[in-house]
Amino acid sequence: MEIYNGKSVFGGIAIGRISVYKKGEQQVKRNRITDVDAELSRFEDAKKTAIEQLQGLYDKALKEVGEANAAIFEVHQMMLDDGDYNESIANIIKSQEVNAEYAVASTGDNFSQMFAAMEDDYMRARAADIKDISERIISILSGKGDNAIGADEPAIIVADDLAPSETVQLDKDMVLSFVTVHGSLNSHTAILARTMAIPALVGTPLPLDESVDGKLGVVDGAAGVIYVDPDEKTLEAMKKKQQEELQKKELLQSLKGKENITLDGQKIMLYANIGNIKDLATVLQNDAGGIGLFRSEFIYLESEDYPTEEEQFLIYKQVAETMAGRRVIIRTLDIGADKQCDYFEMEHEENPAMGCRAIRICLTRPEIFKTQLRALFRASAYGNIAIMYPMITSVKEVKKIKEIVAEVKAEMDAAGIPYGNPEQGIMIETPAAVIVGNELAKEVDFFSIGTNDLTQYTLAIDRQNTKLDEFYDSHHPAILRMISMVVESAHKAGIWAGICGELGADQTLTKEFLAMGVDELSVSPGSILPIRKIIMETDVAKYKAGR
Amino acid sequence: MKEFKYVITDEMGIHARPAGLLVKEAKAFSCAIKMEKDGRSVDCKGIMGVMSLGAKKGHEVTLTFDGADEDAAYEAISKFMQENL
Repeated sequence: MEIYNGKSVFGGIAIGRISVYKKGEQQVKRNRITDVDAELSRFEDAKKTAIEQLQGLYDKALKEVGEANAAIFEVHQMMLDDGDYNESIANIIKSQEVNAEYAVASTGDNFSQMFAAMEDDYMRARAADIKDISERIISILSGKGDNAIGADEPAIIVADDLAPSETVQLDKDMVLSFVTVHGSLNSHTAILARTMAIPALVGTPLPLDESVDGKLGVVDGAAGVIYVDPDEKTLEAMKKKQQEELQKKELLQSLKGKENITLDGQKIMLYANIGNIKDLATVLQNDAGGIGLFRSEFIYLESEDYPTEEEQFLIYKQVAETMAGRRVIIRTLDIGADKQCDYFEMEHEENPAMGCRAIRICLTRPEIFKTQLRALFRASAYGNIAIMYPMITSVKEVKKIKEIVAEVKAEMDAAGIPYGNPEQGIMIETPAAVIVGNELAKEVDFFSIGTNDLTQYTLAIDRQNTKLDEFYDSHHPAILRMISMVVESAHKAGIWAGICGELGADQTLTKEFLAMGVDELSVSPGSILPIRKIIMETDVAKYKAGR
Repeated sequence: MKEFKYVITDEMGIHARPAGLLVKEAKAFSCAIKMEKDGRSVDCKGIMGVMSLGAKKGHEVTLTFDGADEDAAYEAISKFMQENL
């Protein structure tokens, strides 16, 4: 058994024969020709065929992975039609009296080198597109037809790298997974793979020879591992894992697209918590109605210095656009306590959980807060963004936030910067906020209960301290009563209240939350469908009667 | 001849998709349309040239229109730039 580690593009288990794919190593020979006109028309015909093929790929990709991901094939067609590119090919054929294959290959090299030398990463990556289109024409010219990946039984495709055109041509029924030696997580290929939802790895250093080709393989997509020639034990374990995933998938299929509605007609919003933009795919996969908690601090934690307005704006915009109209609740910076960032240069605190954290940092250092607010308000114009402020204890804090928001808006108005009109809500995670809930509800658009901190502050138990586990009771009546109070305060003021802490995903409490009238539960993506199942099987009136 | 200066405001700059759309737009006219940035000038009717300028947010580009339908091209392309880039 050989084990190779790569970067995970998409999870899932695949078990099957490995098929090594090698590009038809296009050894282009330079041949002298005598009939220049015939060679030019050979090229024109090949180009026409290539454009037709690309149109076919575009149509296929459009159906399978959507317009935005398919657009690359439209761009490829335009590249083939580019004046400079065509002129260079014709020039080489005419002036050097050589074959079209050679003219295309050398033009392709020149143009791709020009892009490879550019400063920005995006443009550098376009060099691969030019190689891809040039190879397409050469294949046609040399009569190889379309360079499709063929396998006669479903297989794990292993390759050095795959061009977008190669990935989209994969016959889905014949591909269990793909694993590449090169390629990045953000390449078109990786994006397409994610949208097609097949286990895939990139950056996996395995040999592309007979030590791999034709052998039995197992790909564990989530773990980023491929086992070649697995031993009995590994194979057994992976088969079991595959079976479990299959069952999960079936549950998913049967519950996808269903409404979160109880037997007696009570509805609840079921959203996802995410801590990174990379989690967006699983949010959509699990059919979340929206994002109930987007932890913006990852942007700060992954950075060496304060992230700029532009960086943040692009991330928020991407989330809003990806969620296409569904609500995306973005929590403003929640740093401090157990989440520290060196460049903030925070003073050492005796008791950081009760120290300068979250909104307290934002209100004492408004320049940091304003940068994030501007990015959020601007991004709101691109989708259904809601802003959520953490660690609130008083109405005074909310009023202060509103003042800062008003300043930010006035500055953007003066500069003529367009922005949206996001909902603004607060997290209820301190006992103080619960007690003054009636007053707070008049000031904001929604409440979201952060049960982790609320429990820690209410029971006066540090959750990081494992010695206190026997005293820690997440179902403590004080907590449940507080949740009920928050929901009441919200409804009295005509706003909604949800739960975004870990307790929200506690399936033993789902019925109780429905009985309390909680409007929204935000949970990890994997919990959405199991909770939907409980909701659909619950009769709230009956549950209340028996409580 | 007509000229139009424009500072890119799109976050991504002139990346593949808008470059493609711009070329499509430019090809509808018979006049010569050039785009210049930092002294380098390319034909606006070819996607590779347009992309090779690497125009990003904040960069200034100059478009020139020369030929029979230059007025109409000027109108259409400047509108396209303002709306999309």
